[in-house]
Amino acid sequence: MALGAGRVAKALAAAASRGLGNGEDDALRIVRTGSRGAFWLEPLLEVETPAGRIAYGPVQPEDVPGLLAAGLLKGGAHRLRLGPVESIPYIRNQERLTCGRLGVVDPGSLDDYRRHHGYRGLEAALQMPPASACELVKESGLRGRGGAAFPTGIKWRTVHDAVAPQKYVVCNADEGDSGTFSDRLLMEGDPFCLIEGMTIAALAVGATRGTIYLRCEYPHAQAALATALAAAYENGLLGTDVRGSGRAFDLELRLGAGAYICGEETSLLESLEGRRGQVRFKPPLPALSGLFGAPTLVNNVVTFATVPAILERGARWYREYGLGRSRGSLPIQLAGNIARGGLVEKAFGVTLRELLYDYGGGSRSGRPIRAVQVGGPLGAYWPESKFDTPVDYEAFAQAGGMLGHGGIVAFDDSVDLAAQARYAMEFCAIESCGKCTPCRIGSTRGVEVIDRLRAGERPAMQEALLRDLCNTMTHGSLCALGGLTPLPVLSALDHFPGDFASMAPVAAARS
Amino acid sequence: MTGQAMPLPVAERAAVLDAIAANGRLQGSLLPVLHAIQERLAWVPPRTVPLIATELNLSRAEVHGVLGFYHYFRQSPPGRRVIYLCRAEACQAVGAVQLEAHAKQRLGVEFHGTSADGRYTLEPVYCLGNCACGPSLMIGRELHARVTPARFDALLGEGNGEGEA
Repeated sequence: MALGAGRVAKALAAAASRGLGNGEDDALRIVRTGSRGAFWLEPLLEVETPAGRIAYGPVQPEDVPGLLAAGLLKGGAHRLRLGPVESIPYIRNQERLTCGRLGVVDPGSLDDYRRHHGYRGLEAALQMPPASACELVKESGLRGRGGAAFPTGIKWRTVHDAVAPQKYVVCNADEGDSGTFSDRLLMEGDPFCLIEGMTIAALAVGATRGTIYLRCEYPHAQAALATALAAAYENGLLGTDVRGSGRAFDLELRLGAGAYICGEETSLLESLEGRRGQVRFKPPLPALSGLFGAPTLVNNVVTFATVPAILERGARWYREYGLGRSRGSLPIQLAGNIARGGLVEKAFGVTLRELLYDYGGGSRSGRPIRAVQVGGPLGAYWPESKFDTPVDYEAFAQAGGMLGHGGIVAFDDSVDLAAQARYAMEFCAIESCGKCTPCRIGSTRGVEVIDRLRAGERPAMQEALLRDLCNTMTHGSLCALGGLTPLPVLSALDHFPGDFASMAPVAAARS
Repeated sequence: MTGQAMPLPVAERAAVLDAIAANGRLQGSLLPVLHAIQERLAWVPPRTVPLIATELNLSRAEVHGVLGFYHYFRQSPPGRRVIYLCRAEACQAVGAVQLEAHAKQRLGVEFHGTSADGRYTLEPVYCLGNCACGPSLMIGRELHARVTPARFDALLGEGNGEGEA
């Protein structure tokens, strides 16, 4: 949409209202789908033909008359014609276990969702006792896709076993990590899938109320979810009697207000209770004492959206994909300085190198990729020597990094890693909730120490001080913000020490 | 307690009372209430805090604390349009730092500032989720991708300062 799909749709609708030229009277119905996630081909236009959907892209409004003249509506030849969508290697080679409907369905249409396997997971869930649904999710090997990778089924079971008059399910849709957008694409392109997943979860753990906590930076996702929620209520899929089961589930949408820390689950709960988003001490776990003190299941968008397929196809189907203890697939996001950026959902096990070059096509600038940051602003900066690491939670941790929410940000050789390390500390200072000292004060001191180090002021001492400070933040912070900010800082320092020397050659060579 | 405060402007009082009428019964209603006020007024005037607190049965300190905690809530009026410029890593990798410098110079402001003609307020944002097509910015609720300095100037010229915020 940000690339001008709206203007293309307008141009197409305008041409249609004038008659389509060529004397053709073919009926034209424009459906605004979500994104397939192949951004370098966008705006992407697909035409339904007897031979399947034919893709054209990237289309600009001024291309529309030429496309129509070339027989666009029959899949005619044109320089922008990409052939059948499913044959584009970038899309064909993916394993879209979670994101299969993205770009395919009309996100505003419940009927369309149902035609594409929608609500079959809920049907299956209604046929089994709640504990069995928890067990099935556990068997699938699904882990929290927000980044912490906690086994989802175990969390569900904990909330299920808690005894309380009121329980909640909460969707963490505060996708604040730079380089990540899979939650956004899912909510914009397949909002019913999230609603179905949350409904299954609520029935499984015994919750009657749920909330989607969405960041306010996503107005289009907000609109798509609001439409889908209204349709689900109208069709008896939410409310006092879900799908005629006699069981209630009310789901509401709440907006965040620009605080990164609210992606941390306990500060998210504080925010939902109407307070400053300050993290809580754990224990107690939110699963036992969460929203308003009640047992609360908090999962990420991708986690919930994966559940319907698992319920429909079975735990074994999902578990057969993957590597080691990372089962299933991960919607990976290729971002930053990358030629073919977008969403690539693959089974765990694909390597960074395959993602960066086979899918990503190298840097957008055409210069060598010098570093990547995986896992958002709290993820490590890695040099090329680590590009053969497979996408797997344990492999990443072992290599000194973090897979997180699966965002990969590529940087070419113009990057200054000392500046990136400084930014990591600055970001932590801006977004710290202020509750614990290592994060609140340490981040500001961190910026100062890096500034002195880069200025060449007794560098050996500054480096020792920086490492000591990072040690304090790692071990003394309450949550992952202060606890993991040292990861980008120290990985930059360890792998790219030259950038920290004053008058470093790379820094000097920056244009 | 401080002395007698100035009465609230009518529009602000109405915005607060309407926001509370629509959202006040929600559990943990303060954020929805503040969102509704800001949607109507484009900011949340600090002088409305006592009224919000009284109506929601909260202390002024609680309301003030929440208002100040969240970056999105504004305590001063913005220009006619707010430009949210992404500063995060994925956009940095494709020129966001240069775009930031250009935007500040072009508008004659630092972050959080409003241009002298009152048309634009420049705000940093930490990710718009458009990380494969940076540098990104949002004007009002419109997202724009691959924004070069030249494209930035063109966006300003496309009447983006004229409509409602």
